[in-house]
Amino acid sequence: MNKIFALAGVVIKELYRRKDFYVLFILTALLTFAAGSANFFHDAKIVRYLKDICLLLIWVSALLVAILTAARQIPAEREARTIFPLLAKPVSRAQLIVGKFLGCWLATGLALFVFYLFFAVITGSREQIWPVGVYLEAAWMQWVMLAIVIGMVLLGSIYFAAPSSTTTIAFIVVVGILFVGSHLNTIALQQGEPVQSILAFLYFTIPHLEWYDLRDFVVYDMGMAPVGAVALATLYAAAWTGIFLLLTWLGFRRKNLTT
Amino acid sequence: MKVSPWILLAGLLALAFTLATKLAATADNWSGRSKPENVFEMLLGDGRRLFANESFTMADVYFHSGYYPSMFDQNAKEQREIIAASHGHKETEEEEKKEDFFGQPHDWIDAFGRNFRITRHTHLAAHQEREILPWLRLAADLDPQKIETYTVGAYFMREHLGRPNEAEAFLREGLRHNPGNSEILFELGRIYRENRHDLNRARNVWEYGVKSYLSLSPDLQKENKLVYEELVMNLARLEDEAGNYAAAIKWFEKGKVVSPAPDAIQKQIDDIEKKLAGAKPVAAPK
Repeated sequence: MNKIFALAGVVIKELYRRKDFYVLFILTALLTFAAGSANFFHDAKIVRYLKDICLLLIWVSALLVAILTAARQIPAEREARTIFPLLAKPVSRAQLIVGKFLGCWLATGLALFVFYLFFAVITGSREQIWPVGVYLEAAWMQWVMLAIVIGMVLLGSIYFAAPSSTTTIAFIVVVGILFVGSHLNTIALQQGEPVQSILAFLYFTIPHLEWYDLRDFVVYDMGMAPVGAVALATLYAAAWTGIFLLLTWLGFRRKNLTT
Repeated sequence: MKVSPWILLAGLLALAFTLATKLAATADNWSGRSKPENVFEMLLGDGRRLFANESFTMADVYFHSGYYPSMFDQNAKEQREIIAASHGHKETEEEEKKEDFFGQPHDWIDAFGRNFRITRHTHLAAHQEREILPWLRLAADLDPQKIETYTVGAYFMREHLGRPNEAEAFLREGLRHNPGNSEILFELGRIYRENRHDLNRARNVWEYGVKSYLSLSPDLQKENKLVYEELVMNLARLEDEAGNYAAAIKWFEKGKVVSPAPDAIQKQIDDIEKKLAGAKPVAAPK
């Protein structure tokens, strides 16, 4: 377990050494401040559009941090040939994958914490209310969703040639699921065979990332989503993350690292 | 001849500065295009109108606090409820049920996913209506010719937020972009009548609205029949309130022609005629 935490620690250090997070955070802050400075009919109490914009930026930024961090982990170790001394420690390939995953997930969690803190300060100073439970639940669900994404990206990084292709494909898949994941069954009904069966199959087999998007609850002040459902969704995310990590290990354990 | 690079730099800067002072005044007209009114016009040109409808829809989404069908749902809305509300329409329980676009869950994924979606049909109330205003402002910037943006925005500011001054300013902005538009004039008249209690200005604005409507082509008149009905009926009620019974009857008669309930209007005419008969001075005995 110590080896896994040591590997994770390296990934977290990498997050604050690289500039990705800082750039994304500054961009989010600048765009939020710009949107917040807009004056709509001299009404200073209007706040929902600001929450909406800020949360959207947080979602995009966190997704980018997660995907970019996870996509380069294994390819970078291979390219720099640091993977050989790492595996000679001895660290098993399974430990390497779990350590990399844990590092990426914790690093993303750290970034999410900073983003949500900024969000809470900005909206709280305007609304004068602090629904901490709602924010924590939304942040938790987003973080849990990012665990699935990181697992998916690590799997992709084993098979795709370069981190850039892994990043692009993962981004398209995740955004695709978020936008149409819950509607695939409805779309399937309007199609002929075999597209109908393919879409219906996809609907039941993809990880439903759209469940984890609780932005509407935060923006429209709808309180918290049912805690039982959140717990079940967390279990579902754990299962999918496990599936992706297992598949990554299956692909990685016999992979020739010299080519 | 060797020239110092600093002198060359200073010379070039002086040349650039001199040319800028000479050309700046005329440069704006080189492209032959008018100066953009806002950042959206500058960035998107006329293409910005494509996004105006989306922005207006977002106002409706906010009005429903996120309870809104997506493009994939079968009951995707055709008419925005904020428009209906601005015409004084209140939803019945049956209409609300009809708008339950979720229906029964199709499968366990759909059923479980509803835990994380807003499934209650509500409308903004108690001054929360202000939250739709940014989207209406954006819609007006994206497409200044979209009339509903001004009328809906003004209605909510006037009726729900108690801000008739801002509502009037927004409508006047709409009139600048759409001179003589009868829908905007109708809404403007409501501000004078209902908020300022200035019957004369309300009458003038509404009469101008009727005149603008009558100057439209027959096709456009057919399309905008509702606003004509609202204009003449409100003018009739205004004249009735002002004690100008003959003028009230004249407007009610015009309203009867376009109204879906002419019998009800006839009853109002009858009532006014009775008032008119009662008000006639009794002949003095010789």
